[in-house]
Amino acid sequence: MNGLQTGSVYALIALGYSMVYGIILLLNFAHGDIIMVGAYTAWLFMVNFGQTPVLAVIAAVAACTVLGVVIEKVAYTPLRQAPRLSLLITAIGISFLLENLAQLVFGAGARPVPRIFDMPSVSVGSVSLSGTAIVTLLVSVVAMILLNLLIKKSKMGKAMRAVSEDTGTAQLMGISLNKTITFTFAVGSALAGIGSVLYCAAYPQASPTMGSMLGLKAFVAAVLGGIGSIPGAMIGGFCIGLAEAGATALGLSVWKDAMVFAILIIVLIVKPTGILGRNLQEKV
Amino acid sequence: MAGLNKNTRKIPVRFGYLINTALFAALLLGGTKVIGSGAVSMYHTKVILLCGINIILALSLNLATGFLGQLPLGHAGFMALGAYSSAIFMRNVTILPPEALFPFGILIGGLMAAFIGFLIGIPALRLKGDYLAIITLGFGEIIRVVLLNIDDVLGFKLTYGAASLKNIPKTTNFFNTFLCVAITCFVIYTYIKSRHGRATLAVRDNEIAAEACGISTTYYKTLGFTVSAFFAGVAGALYAGYLGVLSPSSFGFMKSIEILVTVVLGGMGSMAGSVISATVLTALPEVLRAFSEYRMIAYSLLLVIVMIFKPTGLMGNYDFSLSTLIGRFNGNASKKFEKEGGKHE
Amino acid sequence: MSNLVPVPSRGMVPERDVKDRPVLETIHLGIDFGGLVAVDEFNLVIGKTEIAGLIGPNGAGKTTVFNLLTKVYQPSRGTILLGDKDTSGMNTSQVCRAGMARTFQNIRLFRDMTVAENVMVGLHHSIAYHTPTAILRLPAYWRGERNAREKAMDMLSIFNMQDLGGVKAGALPYGAQRRLEIVRALATNPSILLLDEPAAGMNPTETAELMENIVKIRDTYQIAILLIEHDMKLVMGICEGIAVLNYGKIIAKGTPDEIKSNTAVIEAYLGKKEGQENA
Repeated sequence: MNGLQTGSVYALIALGYSMVYGIILLLNFAHGDIIMVGAYTAWLFMVNFGQTPVLAVIAAVAACTVLGVVIEKVAYTPLRQAPRLSLLITAIGISFLLENLAQLVFGAGARPVPRIFDMPSVSVGSVSLSGTAIVTLLVSVVAMILLNLLIKKSKMGKAMRAVSEDTGTAQLMGISLNKTITFTFAVGSALAGIGSVLYCAAYPQASPTMGSMLGLKAFVAAVLGGIGSIPGAMIGGFCIGLAEAGATALGLSVWKDAMVFAILIIVLIVKPTGILGRNLQEKV
Repeated sequence: MAGLNKNTRKIPVRFGYLINTALFAALLLGGTKVIGSGAVSMYHTKVILLCGINIILALSLNLATGFLGQLPLGHAGFMALGAYSSAIFMRNVTILPPEALFPFGILIGGLMAAFIGFLIGIPALRLKGDYLAIITLGFGEIIRVVLLNIDDVLGFKLTYGAASLKNIPKTTNFFNTFLCVAITCFVIYTYIKSRHGRATLAVRDNEIAAEACGISTTYYKTLGFTVSAFFAGVAGALYAGYLGVLSPSSFGFMKSIEILVTVVLGGMGSMAGSVISATVLTALPEVLRAFSEYRMIAYSLLLVIVMIFKPTGLMGNYDFSLSTLIGRFNGNASKKFEKEGGKHE
Repeated sequence: MSNLVPVPSRGMVPERDVKDRPVLETIHLGIDFGGLVAVDEFNLVIGKTEIAGLIGPNGAGKTTVFNLLTKVYQPSRGTILLGDKDTSGMNTSQVCRAGMARTFQNIRLFRDMTVAENVMVGLHHSIAYHTPTAILRLPAYWRGERNAREKAMDMLSIFNMQDLGGVKAGALPYGAQRRLEIVRALATNPSILLLDEPAAGMNPTETAELMENIVKIRDTYQIAILLIEHDMKLVMGICEGIAVLNYGKIIAKGTPDEIKSNTAVIEAYLGKKEGQENA
């Protein structure tokens, strides 16, 4: 059960990764650190400003969304024509920047985040499911369904799909590239924000480096499910979450990180496009 | 040295080499003498040694990023392999005194890293761009975790994991560091300025066209990657001998990024850029001790700004920069070559 | 197995030996992409010093054939014989070293290298020194480099480009880039040269010059040339044998005169005559 819970968090974050990659072919390393910012915002609102958890959650999601968009406008837009390598390096730079700024402002240690919501445990047969786990799962599934609807039915969703297929032609059709990309980042970051809140509900701590490992694992999830594919991200997230839970159950929790990366390597060797991914062939 | 340029057209290649060798020997022996005599403080010596190590690291990563056009993110892993292999060797083998054993230690460190690099290259080099970056990142992390936990698997104490590998003989000094830096520069430079270097650059520029010219891209990518890993291992071995203590946490993703920042700021594909950038980035934090808190922030900010305004890095364009220090060393030789055969690049 | 019809020599080069020792032979060559049969039953024989043309409407599969020959795609079926070597199992670089060189439809030069360096990459395997020699800068290295440079300049002089040696390839005008690509392919010492639309984007004067140069290359280096072209003046002007491709299959083979009057070919390009459509 634990696996599904962490899995859903990974899935939410992986969705953001997948969306951004699908649109501008960038692995946004900073994505994981947006989560960290979300966590700190929630902490700020609850501890420093003494607000209710609900407000804190809204603030966290809002902060993430804004941050994501700002990063996109400031750092990624100027590099749209630059070689992909440069874009990747910039993303890494932003990630680093966020982590170190957080370390400067909040100190390197972890801060406990107060309970976000109090939910009773539910017993199904002999298995006891914590309330937070259920909420996490539900929220993730709802988010994915909503996102799917957004992509398939809405006008902006169509625009996103068009841009990810062929930027040039999409523009010729009158789609505003900037608006679409910004929207993608906003949605992706919002999802990350939700993910950060849910993560804090399970592991109530905020530290500057929490984002990087979380982000990396979510990224592995995105690759596993097929980067650029929305349902793939969900599947990937759950797989990774379950795999980690499995490893812990077997007493191999020290090797958890290595195992996740081993999965990544195997996927990249065997089927680089992931479970549901698309194939990108170069024309000769 | 600058004054030689005008007269070099008449100087034959052999004499040019003689000048280079003499200069190199002078720096090597002179430097060792000066530092040995205590004229340079312990603190400054340490900084110089660290500069040397970082130069080799930067040059090795530069080989992979600048010349292969790929972005490996697990470079610290190779450094770790070199460091630990050398350290374990130095700690456990006692047939000769440590100073005499160290060259072997360095070699073992380099070879171990190269071997693993070769293995990693087999799957990794089939991938492009972002995927290569991520898979190497994955391998780097796996190496770190393995080094951390392998004692439990093996049943005996090999790496001591998080408890740190201690009592490594501190055999790194100016002499062997400078020698290693010089050898690294020399090997990389001569390799690039040869038909193999051209082939490597061709593979980077347009892989399909390179294949169509009969160049085996797999061979050159693997060779470049393995050599890059080798030198990272050498740097790791020197690092082990410098610090005397090793812990897997110092070779994580952060370290890989630090090396990457050095290379990127110096210019990917520019040897001089890497040398200068490594020196500055090693020396500067020491000078700016007071601001060490802001160091990483400054790094990241610098990285982002440089990428936005000059995506190819501060000094480099993708061409192998001829204005390298070594270039001037061999400038005599190249000018002579110009007379012999045709235009030089 | 049908051949491209041999043409009597014009007294400039030895008899074309199409039937006796072909340089390239494809037998039942074909490839499928998923469910689509892109090329099928591609049977061709090209003589040692022949200039042959491959023409056909857009999308017929001509570049696909080139990609098959150079193993950019692995064939789904069929055999390719280069000289007397079977190229199955070879990859692109091996095929090149076996003697088949090519140029690309959308030029693939090493844009950051100079003109001379591009050609020298083509000369890669004819330069003899090894890595240790290079690193130690032994005399063999200097000799190798010097010879390579001289040879590169030599080859560039075919197209009168020897003075452009130090210019960055990406900075050249379009026509010059195409010519450079041909020189680079030639530098790999092929026995057959595949040219993919070498005259694309050229004006009539440049095209006429190109025609002369292609014949000159064949005469000087005694190699076969197979070219894809849409410019009929060029094709009819210098090709000794022509194969016409439509929907991945060869619909006609022969001399320029035979092809010009072939109804199937005319239909493929221009469609059926009016009145015949309902027949």
